[in-house]
Amino acid sequence: MSTREFLFSGFGGQGILFAGKFLSYKGLIEEKQVSWLPSYGPEMRGGTASCSVIVSDNPVGSPIVSNPDVLVAMNLPSLDRYEQSVKPGGVIFVDSTLIERKVNRDDVTVYYIPATRLASDNKLGNLANMIIVGKIMSVFDEFTDESVDAALAKVISAKHADMLDVNKNALKLGAEYTKE
Amino acid sequence: MSEKVLMKGNEAIAEAAIVAGCRHYFGYPITPQTEIAAYMAKKMPKIGGTFLQAESEIAAINMVYGVSSTGKRVMTSSSSPGISLKGEGLSYMAGCDLPALVVNVQRGGPGLGGIQPSQSDYFQSTRGGGHGDYHMIVLAPASVQEMAELTVKGFELADEYGITSMILADGTIGQMMEPVSLDFDLKPMPEKPWATTGTKMAREHNITNSLSLVPEELEKFNFARYEKYKKIEENECRYEEYMTEDADIILCAFGIAARVSKNAVNEARSKGIKVGLIRPITLWPFPKAPFAKAATHAKAFISVELSMGQMIEDIKLSTECKVPVYLCNRAGGMIPDPKMVMDMIEKVKAGEN
Amino acid sequence: MVVFDRPHALIDVPLHYCPGCTHGIVHRLVAEVIDELGIEGKTIGIAPVGCSVMAYDYFNCDMIEAAHGRAPAVATGVKRSDPENHIVFTYQGDGDLASIGMAETVHAAARNENITVIFINNAIYGMTGGQMAPTSLPGQVTQTSPYGRDVNHCGYPIKVCEMLSQIDGAEYLERVTVNNVKNVRNAKKAIKKAFQNQIDGKGFSLVEVISSCPTNWGMSPKKALEWIDEKMIPYYPLGVYKDRSANKEEA
Repeated sequence: MSTREFLFSGFGGQGILFAGKFLSYKGLIEEKQVSWLPSYGPEMRGGTASCSVIVSDNPVGSPIVSNPDVLVAMNLPSLDRYEQSVKPGGVIFVDSTLIERKVNRDDVTVYYIPATRLASDNKLGNLANMIIVGKIMSVFDEFTDESVDAALAKVISAKHADMLDVNKNALKLGAEYTKE
Repeated sequence: MSEKVLMKGNEAIAEAAIVAGCRHYFGYPITPQTEIAAYMAKKMPKIGGTFLQAESEIAAINMVYGVSSTGKRVMTSSSSPGISLKGEGLSYMAGCDLPALVVNVQRGGPGLGGIQPSQSDYFQSTRGGGHGDYHMIVLAPASVQEMAELTVKGFELADEYGITSMILADGTIGQMMEPVSLDFDLKPMPEKPWATTGTKMAREHNITNSLSLVPEELEKFNFARYEKYKKIEENECRYEEYMTEDADIILCAFGIAARVSKNAVNEARSKGIKVGLIRPITLWPFPKAPFAKAATHAKAFISVELSMGQMIEDIKLSTECKVPVYLCNRAGGMIPDPKMVMDMIEKVKAGEN
Repeated sequence: MVVFDRPHALIDVPLHYCPGCTHGIVHRLVAEVIDELGIEGKTIGIAPVGCSVMAYDYFNCDMIEAAHGRAPAVATGVKRSDPENHIVFTYQGDGDLASIGMAETVHAAARNENITVIFINNAIYGMTGGQMAPTSLPGQVTQTSPYGRDVNHCGYPIKVCEMLSQIDGAEYLERVTVNNVKNVRNAKKAIKKAFQNQIDGKGFSLVEVISSCPTNWGMSPKKALEWIDEKMIPYYPLGVYKDRSANKEEA
């Protein structure tokens, strides 16, 4: 990988920004160049929240991801809005609990993960975001205990240490998920 | 080097200010710079500093004026409409040669405008902003690391020259996170014998003042101030050049626009088009030298901006209008993307041939 | 034996004020108080924009000239820069304090900012040549109310002490005048208390001094002092409007 550009998108409250932050820290720990850029302002409130993450071997140019290598769509408006922007050969991760339709492109790889249902079935609260991140890591063959632990320690403050395990479980669940 | 942490640009400014010894912050809520105030509100009480939410931008800048008069490092931050309100205070501080750091995380205007990123306060900041003959040192960071570094630099330059330093950022750099190291070699703060901290009955009284009703005297102050500005222009121009040496087309951009432009330079080069980038880091003083040099070999300049082309005047002055300068811009909170810049490069190239 | 001398805190230069103007008296009272409290070496005064703009040339302590109306904000910065070691006062007129600087005044009071405010109310803009002030009386003729202040057109005068007395934060508010010896004595007592409050850490203390402006009122100095009794004091009654610590002690 020289540069990988991610676009996370969904409703406010789905942990879009947090998921991006986790992958950014993971990149930082692995001594990559990273950038993380949220949408901000009223746009965030109630509407679509999105977050651009770039992980690269080279200094990051523009932090704005307009044509992602990887799109994470956690609600239908996000998929509708960004589906066509994904680079040919890119990957789309879809929360198939909340998005019933299929992706209308044949030049990208798509993973449908019922992340929201998996989270509630496994009593993982609202960690659908981390289930998808786990899947991303396994797809790119980057899921190791060490990298997960180190990055989680950075994004979860000591005050919320009890959240470490559930997040790790969510990541694992996503990593191990294969179509039922 | 200390461990790098991921930080938002706005937070990096706040933390760097604390590292630089700033213990007084005054501000008024406005998007998109709120993280700076929030960070200060949390941190300052724990380190014996002062965070105070003022009743207005006008009050905030005058509180800055008060602390600066006593010789201590002090800052305020705001976003475009708030900076307009601070204009009065900025002019008074210039008239008293007081050092301070002012951050403008720009948003689209004019008027209330919007809250998305912009660079349309270029004229306001590089030409002074308030009334009277004066300048501020204007620093334009293009990364979170630079948000931190230029904050420290801004305090140091302010103290060295007796001038306000302004960080002219935009909503994108303010909101984005990147790895940042907060390990700095700090210069010792210069003595400030002019500070109004009480005479201790041991010296004549000090006066902080910008009023002089005798025109001959006021003229003298203005001339002296411009001697100082000349020194700043000679010594403090900062810029980055990227692949300019053999470039036929030179992109000119600062802040977020420079990041976008760098992508376009890389893409153009991969297509065999000789494109380079000059990124001013100080907008005042404007780094004329690299522009003048590039004008000897480049066939065209393209100014990439989040404004209606406010920087073009400075580019034309620096190049003495020897080479055409084109504008590639978005406004009102929109950001040009690398493709737009690339299209412009190809258009200009086609026009050249 | 010297029985009457210039206070040390007042510099020995001619003041630029008009004949019969009461600024000189109030300057002297402030300087005497600074001397008596022994605080000149730690005092920083904030001059306003208005007739007393050049007060920085008259007081011997460190001085700062503020933008119009902003003195309480500047004072806030100076005080908070070193609360233990700075005694800070502002000296402001009615246009400065009650018009363009109203927000700064009210919020400094609301924060109980530990500063001393000397407020000169002469019901007119003196420096610019006699325009209507926020405290000009109903019917008062000025350059910008040539037919007399019409309250239906431009509203009523602002009673600063009364207004600020409604603010929980304010510590001490008193209105005095300096139009005769007895009143000058009372004014000094109030000013001294306003500084002592700051030394004791009690907070925002404001003394409103009803003053005269013979030049712009178009009167002889003597007539102007009488006009204070006849017209100003009935509208702006003298007295203590708030003294939080005293009230607490009583309760």
